[in-house]
This record gives sequence, structure tokens and C-alpha cells, in this order.
Amino acid sequence: MPDIFGVPAAVLLGQVLLGLINGSFYAMLSLGLAIIFGMLNVINFAHGAFYMLGAFVTWLCLTQLGLNYWAALVVVPIVVGVFGAVVERLFLRRLYRIDHLYSLLFTFGLALAMEGLFRYLFGAAGKPYPVPETLTGVFRLGFMVLPVYRAWVILASVLVCLLVWLVMEKTRLGAWLRAATENPSLVTAFGINVPLMLTLTYGFCVGLAGFAGVLAAPIYQVSPAMGSSLIVIVFAVVVIGGLGSIGGAILTGLSLGVIEGLTKVFYPSASAIVIFVVMVLVLILRPAGLFGREN
Amino acid sequence: MHDPVRRLEVEDLHSWYGESHILHGASLHVNQGEIVTLLGRNGAGKTTMMRTLMGIVQQRKGRAVLDGQDLMAMPAHHVARLGLGFVPEERGIFSSLNVLENLLLPPAFRSGGMKLEQIYALFPNLQGRDTTIGTRLSGGEQQMLAIARILRTGADFILLDEPTEGLAPVIVEDISRALGEFKALGLTIILVEQNIRFAMANADRHYVMEQGRVVDEFSNEALQSNMAKINAYLGV
Repeated sequence: MPDIFGVPAAVLLGQVLLGLINGSFYAMLSLGLAIIFGMLNVINFAHGAFYMLGAFVTWLCLTQLGLNYWAALVVVPIVVGVFGAVVERLFLRRLYRIDHLYSLLFTFGLALAMEGLFRYLFGAAGKPYPVPETLTGVFRLGFMVLPVYRAWVILASVLVCLLVWLVMEKTRLGAWLRAATENPSLVTAFGINVPLMLTLTYGFCVGLAGFAGVLAAPIYQVSPAMGSSLIVIVFAVVVIGGLGSIGGAILTGLSLGVIEGLTKVFYPSASAIVIFVVMVLVLILRPAGLFGREN
Repeated sequence: MHDPVRRLEVEDLHSWYGESHILHGASLHVNQGEIVTLLGRNGAGKTTMMRTLMGIVQQRKGRAVLDGQDLMAMPAHHVARLGLGFVPEERGIFSSLNVLENLLLPPAFRSGGMKLEQIYALFPNLQGRDTTIGTRLSGGEQQMLAIARILRTGADFILLDEPTEGLAPVIVEDISRALGEFKALGLTIILVEQNIRFAMANADRHYVMEQGRVVDEFSNEALQSNMAKINAYLGV
């Protein structure tokens, strides 16, 4: 196989695919963050903790209840989403009318408390989660060996992101949500129950983080810190993509995963910071983000 | 002639934006099929009256009853179900929605709303613009869209806040003609208007607001002979 820029193509394509997997998680999480910020005006620092919660509940389902991966894929997002809706209803709702900072502090505190609770209950060490039997094995692509499970993660997350994008951009419900982002009091005057919509939106996006947690369980170790290490990158992704743009969040998430993967090939020591370098550049050149509207 | 059916009764209505007390005990009533204007200077409380009735301003007290239903006791998203439609002063066209999405946005809670064909017959400018971003329309077209989307819902009591503000005379004529058709359809309308000629051409009755209160009332016939008084109220 030929070299590309002096790097064997197999290595390059391998890293692109690995990057796409990380990018799938960035996309699913930054999508939720972007919608929550757009609708609720809340910077949801607890998003990583909900992702961690999703992975942990998946692990608990298997070890405590004997519920397998496929059942978890359906049950866990609902459980995590309902938990998120309750959090919105009981706490976040009281903070909308005051400064951003309060909801940011609240969600940050919630993330710390959830992480601490899980560390207290289950220890800091990662818990292994087996890849479901139907998704074991590999695809031999010639240039690389792709584990079936990883291909499934990319497929599932792209489908889910696409579905969310379609609902937001092409349906009546999506039009209500977009309109409520712009002018909630007028949408209320049209007879739409905006507070209920906010609760459901938050619950849905948190459920999406839970879904990402289920997908992550067999790849990454299930550990209390898994969310906080990811959320920092995801925030950078949201800043780069531009807050409030759904399609932007998805595309940015996937492409930054790939950029990160490519950096591992060409300049490995920079791979941990490349996303933040991109963020700095974007903030200098286009402060509203690549897909954000300047105003 | 039988007695008019009284649809809206407002008594001693107060409302606040945070610390500022805007409505100071305003009272008025509107009968079925009437077009009633609220006249007054900027800051007299006309827009706030509409926003308070719609429940957008939540800090409020007093009495406001529409068709026997207490507006004050009702969550803001229930008001539209009574057939009350709001066309705000800033038009409220959404920039993240195209024209068709804007038009279809408010749910149609009642039957008898206008069909799209009827809307396009009334406002031909809106036809064929479905995929245009709402805020890319001209000011007049945005006003037509803001009115059209309420007509589609079957609302039969419409709060129209300064529909002619900043519009070219030709467009003002279009809006005026549309108001005539609404009257023929039996819609009931409260109209906030700065343009006194537009108000006279279209309304049955006029209230004058000053400092958050309704201070005077004229029938449309009486308006002409009281122009000096009106001009004093409006400070023109």
C-alpha cells in the first residue's frame, strides 16, 4: 500500500477511523449541549456526568439485573433522560431568570456530586464491559482491521445525530423548538407549553448523553471520571462549531475527532491539545464559531 | 337592534415589568365583531395591555375576562385556546424558520381558520415564498405573515399591535383592506395604532390611554368632532 505524506496509508486510514469513533461521541454530546444552550440558555456542565451515568447504569443493568446490551440501549437513555427531566423540573427551572453563571455553577456542582457518588460507591477503577456477542469480530478492510463494535458505534451515532437533525430542521416540533429558542414568550402566546417543552428537551438531550454512555461502555472503561475527561473536549467542540447550531455541532464533532486522529499520526505529542489549538484559532478568527451566527 | 355580545371585559388591570408599574388600573370592554383601537402616546401602556392580556406579562392583577373565562387565572399557553391571537408590534417573525414554517407555527386550536389558499388570496405577496427565511421578507410582508399565521389558527379575537408602523403607504392600504375583510368575517379586533387616519378608517370605537390608564373613549363618529382633544392627548 502506498504512503501518503510519508505515512503508510494503512496507518493513516486507521487513525481516521479511530478519530471518527471519538468524533461520534463528540458529536452526540456536543449536539445535546448545543440544543440545551439554545433552548434553555444553560451551559450544561453536567453533560459529561450524564454520559458517565449512562455507562454506569449500563454496567449495573448487566451485573445487577442481568439486562444485556441491547436492552440497555433502550432502557438506559430513558432512565437517564427521566433523571435529567427531574433535575430540570426541580432545580434548573428556578435558575433561568437569573444570570447564566448560576445554572453553570449548579450543573458543575451536580457533575462533581455525581462523579463523587459513583467513586464512593464503586471506586475509581474502570469496570470492563464486554462487547455484545453479535458485535464481536472484525471487518478486514485491507488497509486495516476494524472491530465490528467500533463500526457499529460510528453507524449508530451518525444515525442518531441525523435523526435529531431531521426532527429539528424538518418537522413541526422542530419548528416549535427553534421558534422557542428565539422568542419563548411569543411561542407561549401561540398556545404552546414552553416550560414543558424545555423539560422534555433537557430530558431528551440528557438521554442522548446516556445513549452515548451505553455505546461507550464496551469501548472505554466504565469509570466515574470518564465524563469529566470527555466534557472538556466536548465544550471545545461546541465553541468551535458555534453554540446553537445543530448541524454545526454534529459536523464539528466528527471532523475534530478525525483531526485529532490525524495529529496522532503526524505529530503524536500534539494530539492531546490539537482541539484546543483549533479552538483558539477559531475564537481569534471567527468568535461566533464555524457555524454560529455572528450577532 | 339587539344588544351587542360583550366578549372582553377588563377592569382595574395592573401590571408590572420588574419594579416598574406600567398598567395602573386600566378598564375597557370589547363587543363581538368590534374593531376597537387603543390610542395614546408612547409609553402609555398600549402594548403592555396586550402583553398582559396574553399572559406574556405575568406580574399582574385586576380583572380580565374573555367569553366568561378568567384570563388572569390561566397559564399563558392556554390563552390562545380561547381564540385570542396576538400580532406583536415587532411582528415576531422567526429568523430560524422559513415563511411556510412561520405560517404553520401557531397550532390551530379552533376550526374555521383560514386555509392557505384564502391566505394567499388575501396576501398574494406571501405566495411562492415558502422557503424564504422569514426575516428576509420586507417589513410589509413580515406584517402580512404575522397576521396571516394568526388567521390560520381560527382565532376570532385578534390583538394587532401597530400593524402599519414603518410601512409604505401602499402596504398600509393592503393592511387596511385586510382589516375590512376581517370585519366582514366577524372577527373582533383590538388595534394599537399611532396612525390616526388608519384608526379612523377601520375602527368602531377608540380608547385613549395615558400613564397606564384608559382615560377616554370615543365612538368613531365622535372622533372627527373631537380632533382637538385627541391631538392634545396624543401630543401632536
